[in-house]
Amino acid sequence: MSDLILSAHHLTKTYTQRSGKFGFGTTQVKALDDVSIGLKAGTTLAVVGESGSGKSTLARCLLQLQPLDSGEVIFEGKDLAKLSGSELRHTRRDLQMVFQDPFASLNPRMRIGKIVGEGLLIHRLGTLAEQQAQVIRMLKRVGLSEADMQKYPHEFSGGQRQRIGIARALILQPKVVVCDEPVSALDVSIQAQILLLLKELQQEMSLSYIFISHDLRVVRHIADEVVVMYKGKVVEQGAVNDIYQSPAQDYTRNLLNAIPGRKHAAMAST
Amino acid sequence: MSELLRIEGLTITPKSAPERCLVDDISFVLESGKTTCVVGESGSGKSLTALAVMGLLSSQLNQVAGQVNFQGQDISRLTNQQMQQIRGKRIGMIFQEPMTSLNPVLTVGYQIGETLTVHLGLKGGMLKARIASLLEQVGIPAERVNSYPDELSGGQRQRVMIAMSIACEPVLLIADEPTTALDVTVQAQILKLLDELKTRMQMGMLFITHDFGVVADIADNVVVMFRGKIVESGAVDQVLNQPQHPYTKALLACVPDADGKKPLKPIDYAWLNEGQAA
Repeated sequence: MSDLILSAHHLTKTYTQRSGKFGFGTTQVKALDDVSIGLKAGTTLAVVGESGSGKSTLARCLLQLQPLDSGEVIFEGKDLAKLSGSELRHTRRDLQMVFQDPFASLNPRMRIGKIVGEGLLIHRLGTLAEQQAQVIRMLKRVGLSEADMQKYPHEFSGGQRQRIGIARALILQPKVVVCDEPVSALDVSIQAQILLLLKELQQEMSLSYIFISHDLRVVRHIADEVVVMYKGKVVEQGAVNDIYQSPAQDYTRNLLNAIPGRKHAAMAST
Repeated sequence: MSELLRIEGLTITPKSAPERCLVDDISFVLESGKTTCVVGESGSGKSLTALAVMGLLSSQLNQVAGQVNFQGQDISRLTNQQMQQIRGKRIGMIFQEPMTSLNPVLTVGYQIGETLTVHLGLKGGMLKARIASLLEQVGIPAERVNSYPDELSGGQRQRVMIAMSIACEPVLLIADEPTTALDVTVQAQILKLLDELKTRMQMGMLFITHDFGVVADIADNVVVMFRGKIVESGAVDQVLNQPQHPYTKALLACVPDADGKKPLKPIDYAWLNEGQAA
């Protein structure tokens, strides 16, 4: 398929863990075991799984934030692992990330203007005045105001911080954004706002998303395709409708049956 | 059905700002053998309500008005010492974080046994047998009795917490977001376990959650809180299928459904504020 913007082939990653009495022994944990995925341009690929399934490791490995043991990540025809330091840094403009914890992922000692504008500064895009203007435009787009530039992260609520995180990721006009559980720390009403914002921005900026989540209800709304992971392996992948309506694997079926509120939904529809 | 817990006009304010009501004149009734879910967003006062029932409000807070009638007795004015006779014995509690609510340097068996020794005076073989039977009831193999919390998974720790909370066969179980930190499959198991225990022991359950899916699965009655006030309460089918209050409607519209048919609609707070003023 030629319309894949980002693809990963046979990724493996093993962590070594201390174990046994006093941690003298070691055990190998396979966080990624021969994982291959493909992201089509302009769509959302959700990676779902329980804790320990390797989905966050996958996110980090896709962006080369963590070295892989083997396998390759191809972005627009380039193998990311083979790029030199400066080439990789340049390519990272197109690959951004939104993190899970809006409290831990913003530097508490930096003002919002600087947090959001840092990418422009690093990549030396435009004059200072242009950078400022762009930061203001981005903040307004995600629902914040110009005055917020001077504030510090602690002055914002969880939802607002996640908006800042999104502004920071999108200001470089990336092509692929990896969202690692972007709404799981938020209240359901705020969660809906952020999900809609992400969808709008995807349309406007023709973004492709990798959306890591454990919440199957959220995934149903945002994703075009789904990858189900379990213990470092891909159990099942396909279009979101197919997976939700006729899961092929027992594990996927169990996961779907465990979604709270199903009983009630079934009741209400009869 | 007999009335187990009646909260009347409960009002909680911070000592530093007595004019700000964190919980504002709330009243509801819980019957034995039934589950009442208190739902709301962060800051709605749902956890404070649970803490007030247990008499565990922080010293920074004041219960300025209202009663917590538990089996006909107002327990909100009891001394800490009197409350200790009730907590853990007639009222069991489970908290959100199974990782932090257990003592890491004591075995789970010891921690379950502590409640039994304090409240029922069990010792020796009787104690051991009771601990083993409790572990079995919550689905943990009895040989785990000498395990330390770090040797157990999140779901198992929450099961240990449940074993501790039901050790003295309380008539009321208060669960504050007990499954929020758990994976969905584990969550489903824990909810099922709680529901079975409730039915078998005829406990009343006060269940705090922010997840409407969980509410739909386990609640008999629902209390919806918003900014310290109860905006709506009633039987689960009625509140979920025919919500009356605009806030309940708006909150339900934010919940993504598992079939993905319903469009998401975030809450328009400006409109809601006007609606409240009107």
